[in-house]
Amino acid sequence: MKDQLRPALTTLLLLTVLTGFVYPLTVTGLAHVFLPHQANGSLIVREGKVIGSELIGQHFDKPGYFWSRPSATSPFPYNAAASGGSNLGPTNPELIETVKVRVAALRAADPGNDSPIPIDLVTASGSGLDPHISLAAALYQAKRVARARGVDENTVRALIARHTEGRLFGILGEPRVNVLGLNLALDEGR
Amino acid sequence: MTTNASLQVVVYFAVLLVLVKPLGWYMARVYEGKPCGVDRLLGPIERAIYRLSCLRPTDEMDWKRYGMAMLLFNAAGFMFLYGLQRLQGGLPVNPADLGSVEPDLAFNTAASFVTNTNWQAYGGETALSYLTQMLGLTSQSFVSAATGMAVLVALIRGLSRSTSTTIGNFWSDLVRSTLYILLPLALLLSLLLISQGVVQTFNAYQTAMLLQPVGYERSMTDSNGHPVLDEQGKPRTERATILEQSIAVGPVASQVAIKQLGTNGGGFFNANSAHPFENPTPLSNFLEVLAILLIPASLCHTFGVMVGDTRQGRALLAAMAVLLLCFIPLGLWAEQSGNPLLHGDIDQQVRDGQSGGNMEGKETRFGIAGSVLWSAATTAASNGSVNSMHDSYTPVGGLVPLFLMQLGEVVFGGAGTGLYGMIIFATITVFIAGLMVGRTPEYLGKKIEPYEMKMAALLILIMPMIVLGFTALALGTETGRSSILNPGPHGFSEVLYAYTSQGTNNGSAFAGLNANTPFYNLTGGVAMLIARFWLAIPTLALAGSLAKKKTAPAGSGTMATHTPLFVTLLIGVVILVGALTFLPALALGPLVEHLLM
Repeated sequence: MKDQLRPALTTLLLLTVLTGFVYPLTVTGLAHVFLPHQANGSLIVREGKVIGSELIGQHFDKPGYFWSRPSATSPFPYNAAASGGSNLGPTNPELIETVKVRVAALRAADPGNDSPIPIDLVTASGSGLDPHISLAAALYQAKRVARARGVDENTVRALIARHTEGRLFGILGEPRVNVLGLNLALDEGR
Repeated sequence: MTTNASLQVVVYFAVLLVLVKPLGWYMARVYEGKPCGVDRLLGPIERAIYRLSCLRPTDEMDWKRYGMAMLLFNAAGFMFLYGLQRLQGGLPVNPADLGSVEPDLAFNTAASFVTNTNWQAYGGETALSYLTQMLGLTSQSFVSAATGMAVLVALIRGLSRSTSTTIGNFWSDLVRSTLYILLPLALLLSLLLISQGVVQTFNAYQTAMLLQPVGYERSMTDSNGHPVLDEQGKPRTERATILEQSIAVGPVASQVAIKQLGTNGGGFFNANSAHPFENPTPLSNFLEVLAILLIPASLCHTFGVMVGDTRQGRALLAAMAVLLLCFIPLGLWAEQSGNPLLHGDIDQQVRDGQSGGNMEGKETRFGIAGSVLWSAATTAASNGSVNSMHDSYTPVGGLVPLFLMQLGEVVFGGAGTGLYGMIIFATITVFIAGLMVGRTPEYLGKKIEPYEMKMAALLILIMPMIVLGFTALALGTETGRSSILNPGPHGFSEVLYAYTSQGTNNGSAFAGLNANTPFYNLTGGVAMLIARFWLAIPTLALAGSLAKKKTAPAGSGTMATHTPLFVTLLIGVVILVGALTFLPALALGPLVEHLLM
């Protein structure tokens, strides 16, 4: 047993340095040379200031913006320093109640819109940072956003279409709309 | 099952099966010490490690020595990881300035990563420094996977060698697994993931000005940091507004790549692969879920090559694939059906513009198909990473991952561990078949005798004992029950899932359960250590005993172990053992909840 002690300690040390130090450093080095934008978090910069990430959602509750999905992060929604889902089970009364409140808020902000609400717009994502909503959830909100901004609904719908990402090769993933990207485009009148 | 969901499953399995043969062949070359193409590059590093460790890779070990080396290496790794966490507050590479980890949590996390479980009682971005994540978690993700693969290779040698007292050299198997297999694959995968948007940086957390300020209710605290309560004893809140978003980043891609490849599952962030920085696009999702099964599936072919009959590896792979394919449609159906309790104004139907279904805890970009496929793959393999929150699944949707783990992590299973589990099930199958026809059971020309059956029985019995024993203990005590989030049978499922996950070294969770308490940290840590090492040692004993036996040539009465008949029999044995053991417990959790819904 004693003669195995030295290999145990040295292989641990050497493999730790190799896989826990050299490997991540190599990956970081290569990433910063070839893919710096992605490696640093796909940040969106306006006038020298970081205003978000293409991949991290933000919370919206003004009628003139498209709303993101509900977020269960604590203590405030879309806390990108503490990701997580609600973990509420399907039969938990708290889930049923929370969803009712979300439905009511969407209805209150959009009187006269009686079409059923797409499920993703009233349920929290797994990460609490989901940057996307479904295409259906974007179209559901088009009229409200157009009214609040005093623009033609067709203009807003055209903007949604431009910000919709389809399935990869028509197979992988789901069609979706990046909410921050869409809202930025609205603000910047593009 | 929608057409698109079926298509996603088909594409997934097609790509996986195409890769099995080349990778399996390559790994066999690595373990047989033959040239494998990258020797000129990695050979010098390998030899330097041997030289500095004063060891000769050609020194053959018997099973006891092999086991002792394995245990010593893991014990040293455990102590190192525990110490690193306890001291991280005073160590460098800690830009978020996180404090040291509490003893019980550090124990649990050390056990978790050394045993390849990667159960996360901690929240990555709020508890662990970059240094701990890299030197501790990333490196243990490599070597714990390599340990599992080494034990498998020892067992394969036991089967392929005739009248031999030795089963290989642990150090060489460990180093070669890490250097020639895991490291190149992880390097390639991390770069592919970064191209999709996975972050990889040592910068501190980024701050972004929000497009729209966010108002929220903040709990009030007094000057001592205690919550202020109102007349009814509820915490008081005040209106607060935030203008900025602090965005956690870090050396993520390097950790994500190995956590997927090494069936580890311990992510950088709390939300694991649901986090957009760990898994930003459908393509990254496809690569990551492919990586989950890649090595466990390919090892089946490695096994075939090393025992000199690739049909044997194909038979085990077929059994695994069929078992997994039985469960995926069930999960897809349950999750796509949605939650009947959310009715009225809500549209849960699948349509052109939405995936519909039960979207609580799931990401829009993955929808139902991408989430369910992952949940099945990650629990069939002992990976345990998640891209959606299993706790929020419908009862039947959550039953699928739970039951896949309870099959003993042999449906693909962990890197190495899954296949050695399956080989042991194969010996049990030939034993049962032998009893039925009254012949001495043989597997690959080795007689299966009482000693082998005792070891196999140990392997099968230990897992349910720790899973059900600890579940009963937790539910029988106030401390255990107080961690439950969801009421009713779902709360029972949370506890059962926690110990199933740790007792099978999986690591996924019904994460509503507050697992970061001394009770869960300690019992869970013990469960993980038993599950890993108490199974690895009988496996090595089995390897030693098989190696000593003479390989008998197949006669006319020998049962073929590569035929569809044997595969069917093997599937039957795996299901029967799993179902008989856990059905009563499942009836109390997911099944009751399904009837209540």
